[in-house]
Amino acid sequence: MTAIPRTAPRVVAGAPLQRSLRSFTGRAAIFLVAAALLSAFLMPLAYMVMTSLKDQAQVADPAAPLYPASPRTFEYEGEALQIYAVPIDGVVRELAIVQKGRESSVMVDPANPAAGTFTWEGRWRTLTPAYTFDPKVENFELAWNQIEFPKLLRNTAIISLISTIGAVGSAVLVAYGFSRFRFRGRGTLFLVLLSTIMLSAQVTLVPTYILFTRIGWTGTWLPLIVPHFFANAYNVFLLRQYFMTIPTDLDEAAMIDGASPFRILWSVVAPQAIPAIVAVTLFHFFFAWNEFLMSLVYVGGNPDLWPLSLGMQKFAALYVTRPPLVQASAILAIIVPVVVFFLSQRAFMRGVVMTGVEK
Amino acid sequence: MIGQPDAPALSGSTVPRSRWRWTASRREAAWGWAFISPWIVGFVLFTAIPMAMALYFSLTDFDLRRPNEVQFIGLANYEQILRDPNVAQSMSITLRFAVLTVPPTIALSVGLAMLLNSPRLTGRRAFRTLFYMPTQIPLVASTLIWIGVLNEETGWVNGLLTLVGIQGPDWLNDPGWVLPSLGIVGLWGIGAMMLIALAGLQGIPSELYDAAKVDGAGAWTTLRRITLPLLTPVLFYSLLISCVGVSQYFIQAYVLTNGQPDASTLFYNVNLYREAFSFNQLGYASALAWVLFLIVLALAMLLFWSSSRWVYYAGERR
Repeated sequence: MTAIPRTAPRVVAGAPLQRSLRSFTGRAAIFLVAAALLSAFLMPLAYMVMTSLKDQAQVADPAAPLYPASPRTFEYEGEALQIYAVPIDGVVRELAIVQKGRESSVMVDPANPAAGTFTWEGRWRTLTPAYTFDPKVENFELAWNQIEFPKLLRNTAIISLISTIGAVGSAVLVAYGFSRFRFRGRGTLFLVLLSTIMLSAQVTLVPTYILFTRIGWTGTWLPLIVPHFFANAYNVFLLRQYFMTIPTDLDEAAMIDGASPFRILWSVVAPQAIPAIVAVTLFHFFFAWNEFLMSLVYVGGNPDLWPLSLGMQKFAALYVTRPPLVQASAILAIIVPVVVFFLSQRAFMRGVVMTGVEK
Repeated sequence: MIGQPDAPALSGSTVPRSRWRWTASRREAAWGWAFISPWIVGFVLFTAIPMAMALYFSLTDFDLRRPNEVQFIGLANYEQILRDPNVAQSMSITLRFAVLTVPPTIALSVGLAMLLNSPRLTGRRAFRTLFYMPTQIPLVASTLIWIGVLNEETGWVNGLLTLVGIQGPDWLNDPGWVLPSLGIVGLWGIGAMMLIALAGLQGIPSELYDAAKVDGAGAWTTLRRITLPLLTPVLFYSLLISCVGVSQYFIQAYVLTNGQPDASTLFYNVNLYREAFSFNQLGYASALAWVLFLIVLALAMLLFWSSSRWVYYAGERR
């Protein structure tokens, strides 16, 4: 009781204007902190975009600006001369160097070449070159053709779409089985299912590799697609948790009307679980799109079957000394996932929260 | 709860015996098994049998180049693991990486979630989306981006450091810097943990904060006595998935450094992959895989056991 009168005056302290000003500066400060963190966080993306549009010479030149640009030149008496920013009598002028010398150089003013050349006293190496914005779109052309982008995109799309259909369909069935039917051993089986989340792929990698070799599946997409038709623990868990929150009244009504369990799943339960099903679909799509290890093991030897992730890695290993090409190929590889993410982000992030919190 | 008057799909496949009848509960159980059967089949085919096979292979000298001359060699592979300097090296690297990166990653994701949970932050939804976005960039692409950003000569990180007068290291080629570099690269994936922490924060009843304010608690006390204890389930989950993540760490190390420089990024799985697919030692690789599995299992059990001491679940009886 005594606490209320003590704190109450503090809340109303200060004129309304002062208070709103203080809250404004507080808001601005928090916003600036978050914006600064975000810029640092997304800086690599800016690097990627900028580098992908540069030419190799600019990447290697420490004096070059961060944006894609090329040094400005001036054609003088049949020769392309480089233009520098030259301070003369406190004024910075952009001049082309006709003849470079250690202590003094011969220059010409591109704005007024008729005035002829003159000598500038000073070390030209201390001058900064003048640049002009010049994005090199050719990098994308080269990367596109070199990695055979359309082929990689097609491969990735086929693998991802088929395995997503299998993963979502099987996970819905299994989650329905775990959430709507009572049978002996259900709890134990569900625990076994959950514990497979912790199993790393490496443990089963070697024996499944031998298995797939024996049945002749290596060098095909089958090992990348077929296992997903048997329900993944993450997806089942998420869907089952969601199904549990759906009341069973409608199921029972449908049952009394003589609907089969499949019919109930299709017409009653699934329509109410759309957010979870969408989330699982997105999860698996991204997972399949980004998958690398299994592709490396099973189709690594056959470039015609490579998905994007593998094609990129091989391309980058080949062009490790040419960052612009590598970054251009990175843009090509991320464009589809990033666009899909921005289109679906709300459903997607709700799904992440569903898996994490309701554990 | 689902008792069908008739279950045609299943009744045909069962042999009617005397005194055995389709009761409602049996029918329900049959449907349940039928629905979960895809997972059961997959589990047996792609998890249980492969694991049993791996256990068997781990006791042999299975070499991919001569698959027809497999010899049973008992525990020799496991003895070899104890003596193999590459295994010791890879375990120590993986452990160092876990210690070096897991705590800061969790702390940062929770800190970021607190910032993004602040009601005074304008544009919270946009920030949340953008901080989450890098997790959806394919790992191979993001590692390639980071190879460029962390380049000693041309990368922007060293470029920024030069602006403030610091000579940046050769991040990915200096054995002393490569693990922290991989940790920095890993920070791009904190989005999922951040979202979960955010949901955890939003789940804390605001009455608790009101009560703390009335009692005159400061920001630090509120954090220590209310926010963190109520966030322990989230912290536990983050710790568990981080540890599992480190135990599966492969792509970044393979693409970024492939064990180099000087074997300083020879993570456990990089070593395992090499033994299996570069040196064709499938028997030995299977033994390595089983050792990893047992370690992760023990770690998970340890975490679950310890969780009863420090994780607070609302509504739980103490």
